[in-house]
Amino acid sequence: MYKEERLDRIFSALSDPTRRSILARLEGEPRLSISALAQPFAMTMPAVLKHLDVLSEIGLIRRSKAGRTVWVEIEPGSMKSAMDWLQRHRLFWTASVDRLARYAEAKERESEGKGK
Amino acid sequence: MTEAVLVRRIAARPGIVFDALVTADGIASWWGPEDEPAISATVDPRVNGSFQVRFRTFDGREHECTGQFLEIDKPTRVVLSWRWAQGGEPDEVAADNVSRVEFRLRAIDTGTELTLIHSALRGQISAQSHENGWGGALKKLLRQFSEKNPNL
Repeated sequence: MYKEERLDRIFSALSDPTRRSILARLEGEPRLSISALAQPFAMTMPAVLKHLDVLSEIGLIRRSKAGRTVWVEIEPGSMKSAMDWLQRHRLFWTASVDRLARYAEAKERESEGKGK
Repeated sequence: MTEAVLVRRIAARPGIVFDALVTADGIASWWGPEDEPAISATVDPRVNGSFQVRFRTFDGREHECTGQFLEIDKPTRVVLSWRWAQGGEPDEVAADNVSRVEFRLRAIDTGTELTLIHSALRGQISAQSHENGWGGALKKLLRQFSEKNPNL
């Protein structure tokens, strides 16, 4: 898979709330069994497995089997560059847009003053 | 496509906000992460016209971004191509690393609702990483995806 295609798929995978919730739970644990992961969701096991397939296909999680238990854990480092890009640009624009608002609001007050 | 999206309400009419997006005086006053004016801004606000903005970050480094106006639709929309020309992140200074910034303006009772969408084009971001651990960054990222209007 091309790198950029993979990145697109990461963001598409994250647009689903169940998959976000799975990742959020995995972030707090070294690993979880599939049945423990599936427990809080009101959906069938095949539906949960399908979400896990999406996440492991793009390399966000990995699965390993020990006896009868299938363990799921986060794949380290797999999302760093996407997060870096988002954070960098959000920081840049959040600060800039605050100042844009101050500038435009001052101009608005100026023009109201002239109108009177 | 990877996007950073921001929504902000501004107590000024769309026409005034629009002017702040396309004039050198306007852009120099707000563009950049620090609370001081940009070092310089040159702007040619017409379709295919160029802009160039230099600013300084708190660590003293100078940065420059350049690009072109792709769409100008007063007072509702401005679309820019965007490129870090200098002082950007190493992976973004490559010659053809262009992204896209779109400003949408919508009139509301209290003034203007601005939506800013900065999109990385295919190939802009390397998805490779050798560092271990996601740390707290994942939580922030997940929150961003959950937020509908992060700045309201």
